[in-house]
Order: sequence, then C-alpha cells, then structure tokens
Amino acid sequence: MSSREKILAALKQNQPARQPLPDAHTGRTQPGNLKEKFIQALTDIGGKAVEAQGWKAIAAALREAFPAPAQIINTIPGLNSEFEILSSKFHPHDFRNVSPAILQGQFGVAENGAVWLTNEQMGDQALPYICEHLALIISQRDIIPTLHEAYDRISNSTYRLGAFIAGPSKTADIEQSLVLGAHGPKSLTVFILD
Amino acid sequence: MYVQHKSHAQLAEQFNRDAKRVDWHDETLWLVRIKRDRAASQVAEWEQLREAASQIKNNVLSNLHDYLLQFEQHALANGIHVHWAADATEHNEIVHAIIRKHNINHIVKSKSMLTEECGLNEYLHGQDIEVIDTDLGERIVQLAKEPPSHIVLPCIHWKKEEIGELFHQHLGTPKGNADPQFLTAAARAHLREHFLAGKLAITGVNFAVAETGEVVVCTNEGNADLGVQLADVHIACMGIEKIIPQRKHLAIFLRLLARSATGQPITTYSSHFQKPREGQEMHIVLVDNGRSRRLASDDFRNVLKCIRCGACFNTCPVYRRSGGHSYHTAVAGPIGSILAPGLDTIYLLPLPCVGRAPMFAR
Repeated sequence: MSSREKILAALKQNQPARQPLPDAHTGRTQPGNLKEKFIQALTDIGGKAVEAQGWKAIAAALREAFPAPAQIINTIPGLNSEFEILSSKFHPHDFRNVSPAILQGQFGVAENGAVWLTNEQMGDQALPYICEHLALIISQRDIIPTLHEAYDRISNSTYRLGAFIAGPSKTADIEQSLVLGAHGPKSLTVFILD
Repeated sequence: MYVQHKSHAQLAEQFNRDAKRVDWHDETLWLVRIKRDRAASQVAEWEQLREAASQIKNNVLSNLHDYLLQFEQHALANGIHVHWAADATEHNEIVHAIIRKHNINHIVKSKSMLTEECGLNEYLHGQDIEVIDTDLGERIVQLAKEPPSHIVLPCIHWKKEEIGELFHQHLGTPKGNADPQFLTAAARAHLREHFLAGKLAITGVNFAVAETGEVVVCTNEGNADLGVQLADVHIACMGIEKIIPQRKHLAIFLRLLARSATGQPITTYSSHFQKPREGQEMHIVLVDNGRSRRLASDDFRNVLKCIRCGACFNTCPVYRRSGGHSYHTAVAGPIGSILAPGLDTIYLLPLPCVGRAPMFAR
C-alpha cells in the first residue's frame, strides 16, 4: 500500500463523526470612513499613503521622492508615457536596484492596510519582492472594510500568485526592534487615486 | 534532530541561573502578548471569529479524508506535483529526491516548523546539501547551530550584543556593533546573495485550501516570496491538518493569525500560490507523521486545530521563564508539549495559555 493509501485509510478510520461547516459570515466591522481607516492602518504598519488627483500627480510625487538616476519601472498603462515599462529584456535579478517598482493594486483593505494584487498586475512575480522600493496604486472606491469583503471580491478567480502586501518588508527578530527592509522593499507607498 | 538528555525541569533550572536574563525574556514575551490583546480588542467580532475558526477546524478534522483528496485533485489540475509522506523519514527522502533530480546542492528555506519536526536540515546536511534558513531569526539560530526557541520569534532568547558577536564571526561585521538596524542590513546583504543563487526554495504552508488547491504562506520579511520567485523549483511542505475547506475561510484565519501572533493586523505578505510560475516546477509534500493517529484521540485531536500563532508561548509563565530550549520538542512551549508525535500524557488540554489561542475558543 502506498503512503497515500495508508494515510487516507487511517484518516477514514480515525476521523470523528461529521461536524457541520459553520456560516463563514461572522460579524463584520464596518469602519466609518474607509479611506481614513486604510491610511491609518497602512501608516501603523510602516507604509505611506499619498492621495493623488490623477496620473500626472502620481508621476510628479514619484519623481520628487526618487530623483534621477533612480531606476523606476512601471507596469501601469496610465503611467507608460512617464516611466520605463517592464519588458522581457529584464532578468529578475535586475530588479534589485529598482526604486521604485510601480504596480496597480486591485483593492485595499481598510482594517489592515493590505493591497491585493495578482501575477497579472506584477508583470514579473519577483518584481514586488526584490525591488528596493515599491509603489502600489489603488482607486479610492476600491477600498473595502475587511478581509471578508476582500475574499468576496477575489471570489473564485484563478491566478498563479495572489498576494496581500501590507507595508514594507520588515523584521523584529533582533530584540523585538522593528527594522523596515528585511529582505524585500524598504518602503511601500500606496497612491490613492481620487 | 536535537537529542537532549536532561529533563524540562533541569534545563529550566539552567536557564534560571541568570535571573536578570530570565526577567528580560519574560518581559519581552509578555509585551508581545499585550500587543496581541490590544489588537484583539480592536476587532469587535473577535470572539465570533475565534468560534468560527474553531468550528471550521472541527469540520476539517471530521472530514479530512475527503478534503485532502479534493485539495490534491485541484492542486494536480493547477499543475502542482503532490506527494504524500507517512512520516518524517519519507518526507525528507521525497524532498531530497526532488533536489537530487535537479542536481542542486544549495537551497533556500523559509520558516517551516514541519521541516523542524522532520529534522530536514540535518538530513540534507548529511547528504551534502547546504540549506540556508532565510528568516532572519532562523538564520541567526542556524549560524549558532541551535534550534529555534519560539515558533514565531526563533531567536527571542538572544541579546543583540550576542547577535553582533555572532555576525562578527560569520558575516564579518565590525566587532562590538550591536545595532539592530545595522545587523539586519548586514543579514539582508548576506542573504540576498543566497536568494540570487537559490535554484530551489522550500517554504512551509500556513493554510491549504481544498476548494482551490492553493497554499497560503505568511511572512513579514518577504523571505518566502523572494526565495520562491527567484528559484526554478518550489517545494511547499505541510502537515495534513493545514487544510481549510474554502477560500473565503481565509478571511477568518488571516484576521486571527497575525493579531494573535504579534499584534499586527496582518503579516506584510500573505501569498496565495495557486499555480506554479511560468517555467517553474512546484511540489507540495503532505505529511502525516503521527497526525492521523492523533485524530483518533478524543483527548488530543484538538491539537490538530493549532494554527501556530505562538500566542500560547507568550502567555505561558512556564515558557516565559524557562525558555524554548528547555523543552524537548521541535515546537517548544505549551502547544509543542502536546503537538509532538508520540507524546500522549505530558499535559492535558485545556491549558490556560493554550486557551489564548484562536483555535480553542470553546
């Protein structure tokens, strides 16, 4: 008998009488002002929120924060005329000096400051993790209250990689001292488009 | 595996010889517990979430056979290779066979208590394969040739001055520099080289969704993601109890996990691996190692509901004042004392500290 068959037989034998699956819709906090709550949560976890009126404002803010010769890579059509577009000429190792990578987020979660995106928005799946700094862009109307609404939106979509990114890479492994930029991006800026 | 010949009490006595250090250890962990309380109190429906999570896990354990088959079916359809391991030895052999097939002798690994339980690092070391633990805390204890002393905070027993000295010896940082910011930057540079050279990445699994065949991995550092996204091969190792039925249940578990662990509203990265990256090979190893046997026990079945948040460690006064290395199990602390395969009579549920854990609401 293979291990698979052995394990499955043991489980069938040993699992207790069937317990019902509860309703997954527990109470849900409804934050009053979703945008304010999102900005507060993001700030608390070491991220930065910038409200912007249109793509031009985002481009200007990025150029100010990351002056030349910073290598900025972009995957968003709205910014294609402003910044270098991600293309297949790049090897994932090239992204380690990118400051910042600019990616579109699908939505933001007010209770925890997380932004959801999939491999579709990443272009290259290594990009949001290896770049030196990361900028994500969401629309104000795409801020939802909690993770429950998040999974309502994700629903049964398929992807290679789906990711919540909440703030910059961080660690507190040395005496609980918080350090931003453990292995991944040292900063995260979320632009909220009006 | 780490063989110890002294009792928990003897090792705890050793740890207690330095009273100031014990106080520091105790207070540091209690602070993490306070952060957890603060985070929990900000979610009005916290107790409802715990109850729902507990009931979902009850349902999983009562139907694990079917959920695993469902998970396997979807993972296979997603292009993932699925392996079944009856015990630690078989798990290690499966992982080794994949590594050997690709002719690799250097791999990166993010945090996985399952691979600690199976003694994977020692096993692979014996096969001349270098395993680099990429979580900062785990890398620190790995350089010191120690096991982690806490499942969420692996080097919580180390002082920054000692880490400075360790890095001076191994990474060539200036002697006497104990600044956490500086030391973390040094580790970042050191581990970045290993990420860039890594052809194969091993990760643990926080949750595996039967309905979709995806696995979810949570980290703050991004080390699991960097490892996986730069590697040609990804192996995710999981105990069979990590299954949850549906994707929407992740909302409940992710709302509980980081708040219980460190008081954060969510970990920085919650990565859902549903299909391999284009050109990448992905494997999932499903490990029993005593779990199916434990499922039969009315007294001990509930330990299979544990989501490894570590809240019970930070709550337990015995753990806080005796240190993770005074225990005899890969997973230390209160939950480790009942999780370890083969241990049946050490403690009986419900321990009050385990009662802080999300999964044991009732």
